[in-house]
Amino acid sequence: MKPLLAALALTTALTLPGLALARPVTLTTTLNAYGGDGAYLAYYVTDATGAYVGSLWMAGGKSKYYEHLSDWYAATGGDPAQINGITGASVGAGRDLEITLDLADALFDAGYTLHVDAAVEDMRDSPNEIAVPLTSAGLGRAVPGRRYIASLTYR
Amino acid sequence: MIRALHRWPGLLALVLVLILALSGAALSVFPLAERLTAPAEVAGQSVADLAARVAERHPGLEEIRRAPSGRITAWWFADGQPGAAVIDPATGADLGPADPDPLARWLTGLHRSLFLGDAGRLAMAAGAAAMLVLAVSGAMLVARRAGGWRHWAGRLRGPLAGRLHVEVARIAVPALLFSALTALWMTGSTFDLLPDAAPRPAQPAAVSGLTGLSPADMPALRAVPVASLRKLGFPAEGDAQDVLRIETAEGIGLVDQGNGALLSWAGAGAMQHLSETIYRLHTGQGAVLVGLVLGLMALSVPLLGVTGALVWLAGRRGRPRLAGMAPAARAETVILVGSEGGSTWGFATTLARGLQAQGQAVHLAAMAGFDPARHPRAERFVILAATYGDGAAPASARGFLERLAQWPAAPTAPLAVLGFGDRSFPGFCAFADRVVAAAEDKGWSRLIAPDRVDRQSPQDFARWGRALGAALGLRLELAHRAAPPAVTQLTLLSRRDHGAEVQAPTAILRFALPKAGLVARLTGRGLGRFQAGDLLGVLPEGADLPRFYSLASGRRDGFVELVVRKQPGGLCSGQLLALEPGDTINAFLRRNPGFRVGRGAAPLILIGAGSGIGPLAGFIRANRRRRPVLLFFGMRHPESDFLYRDDLAAWQAAGRLARLVTAASRGARPHHVQDALRQEAAQVLEAIRGGARVMVCGGRDMAQGVARALEDILAPAGLTPAHLKAEGRYVEDVY
Repeated sequence: MKPLLAALALTTALTLPGLALARPVTLTTTLNAYGGDGAYLAYYVTDATGAYVGSLWMAGGKSKYYEHLSDWYAATGGDPAQINGITGASVGAGRDLEITLDLADALFDAGYTLHVDAAVEDMRDSPNEIAVPLTSAGLGRAVPGRRYIASLTYR
Repeated sequence: MIRALHRWPGLLALVLVLILALSGAALSVFPLAERLTAPAEVAGQSVADLAARVAERHPGLEEIRRAPSGRITAWWFADGQPGAAVIDPATGADLGPADPDPLARWLTGLHRSLFLGDAGRLAMAAGAAAMLVLAVSGAMLVARRAGGWRHWAGRLRGPLAGRLHVEVARIAVPALLFSALTALWMTGSTFDLLPDAAPRPAQPAAVSGLTGLSPADMPALRAVPVASLRKLGFPAEGDAQDVLRIETAEGIGLVDQGNGALLSWAGAGAMQHLSETIYRLHTGQGAVLVGLVLGLMALSVPLLGVTGALVWLAGRRGRPRLAGMAPAARAETVILVGSEGGSTWGFATTLARGLQAQGQAVHLAAMAGFDPARHPRAERFVILAATYGDGAAPASARGFLERLAQWPAAPTAPLAVLGFGDRSFPGFCAFADRVVAAAEDKGWSRLIAPDRVDRQSPQDFARWGRALGAALGLRLELAHRAAPPAVTQLTLLSRRDHGAEVQAPTAILRFALPKAGLVARLTGRGLGRFQAGDLLGVLPEGADLPRFYSLASGRRDGFVELVVRKQPGGLCSGQLLALEPGDTINAFLRRNPGFRVGRGAAPLILIGAGSGIGPLAGFIRANRRRRPVLLFFGMRHPESDFLYRDDLAAWQAAGRLARLVTAASRGARPHHVQDALRQEAAQVLEAIRGGARVMVCGGRDMAQGVARALEDILAPAGLTPAHLKAEGRYVEDVY
């Protein structure tokens, strides 16, 4: 698949007070050939206490299926405002998804964690498919997912 | 209007509906396959027992699902590797991979969205909507054609394409309607237009915080039988705050992993149950039989599409063009046509040409959309109108009566009305009669008296033409050839000659059944389906007008048989009686629905003389159900023109003919068939009292003699031949 390039003006929750500086970060996700339909993926960040901070991206357009991204759904209550303007198409098995967005510098090396929940029709829901700490050292390092995601890299 | 509603969605959405139907039919077999391969269920097993067995063999168990087919699938994550398998519920062991079938997945993608995402989903929903419109409008057309919903399953007549279309449609239409409706419901559900979201159990305020309890010991799971399980999700490993999540047919619950108690529960609502039932029935998941039936019925769609397009094309072809037609504003004679199948247009064209030949400026138009203001120079209007069903307007006359009723006044130019119909139907020329009545109500002056043409009879039409010509001061000879287009060549197989000694040379001619391909049969070429009693139009060499002979065989007999008597100086009979095996004739079929034995087991009284035995012999040959048949057969001399003598004896032996009474007009004891009838008066009357149907075939004199004899026979019972005729129990084929 031609990588989806999404330039995001990060709006809602991640504009924390006093965090003026931000850097462009590219998230590259490669899916396994798991032999099913397109995967719904929810990208979001939690803080050091595990509390939800904000959403980065929602791959998948039908809100009625969001409940299958159960951790994200539990954290947000499925609130559509959380992903307003940052949704795209679901991602087919074996395909790539590339997202570019501005992340506040203060999110790095401060205990924040990037989570990805995944769900595929007629297959097992995979909440917490990936949970990777946001650190400067982790930039450019590929992280494997549990079931549907082969690798996730942020740089 | 209904016809347009049927035609345009049909033609426009044909491709879409075809893809829907074919992919749907293919998908319908998968639930059965899954059902057949699903491992046996364990009677009375609880979810707790199942979960314990699976968890024992699969460390890191994350989820267990039960499909409506009974198939159990488990997902786990162990040693950094995800795993999934179909599970034997009895042991918890793996039975095979859990990957979805790639073909089913591909078909599902095609069926629901053409692989085009939401745009494709909407396109397919439009296809389903088109199918809904087609099914409803089609059902209404079938009902109208049959003469009402009560006659929904009535017998059909007409060319094969149209008959197949209706025959298949009325079987398949309930299933197609159901598939289309449920498809639209499911689309509405997918696009969140329906309030059928899954229930959500409340997050528990507190959990026990313990871990490690075996599922086997969880009370909340022990209470649920596997049969009602949908899905069981296990808590994340090492997260003591997480819970088990169980989905059943009744709702969704959260279960404490430390003590196995039900923490919260949300029951499914009525809308959800409905949506789920609709999904099950549409896909056949958990309702294998319903799915298979829907799939099988969906297979009718390609056939309906092709035959429907053929019917539409045939209707277009049937409308002839008129060379040298005067524009509407300049025409002296305006001919208005109300035609269903197109044959009335043929008569209108013949009339128009006849008038043109006499120097008239003629305009030809459909009755529908008629506006007298468009014909300022019109000196006369002529309406040629067929009838649809029990007196409804034919296709090209829709709305005519309603518009006529709204005019402030009738046109000043006078009107002539000619009705076309089939006398054997109850509503013979009923629509033309309604036009005449409506015109009279409006005070529309009459050019000539209304008349009728029975079964496209060229003679009826020519007679009316002469009357019209007389009114106009013209010599109008209308020689209409009722479109004998599809003549088929028949080859003589054999002939049996009789009657030469008694000056009545008669032959039983048997022709080979012509081989017609499917296309020819679908487009109405070739002889098509026929029965004894139908008419064969024979085009003699050197003449344009066909002669009609009653068929003595049906298609099932595998040959085409006629009984022909040589008429003195007869062109056609002369040619037929000169045929030798291998010679050919040009012929076509004309159905004769009024002269059929009909269904049922009531006795038949068949009465015929001379060559009139033909169709009667055909009826007896086809009487495989051994309905009691009493045959009265009149001939000249048993030694000369006892047609079908050996066959009748054989049929009698086989039980297809109950009794044969013959009458010979020459020889030892001369008497006619009506005399024989009188001699058997008691038996005839008894049979008629028992519901018998009387069928007479032969010359006019014989038929009149039979009618008088029957009158006498029936009188003691207070019955008359007219009574029987009105009930359709006394029919004649007279020449």
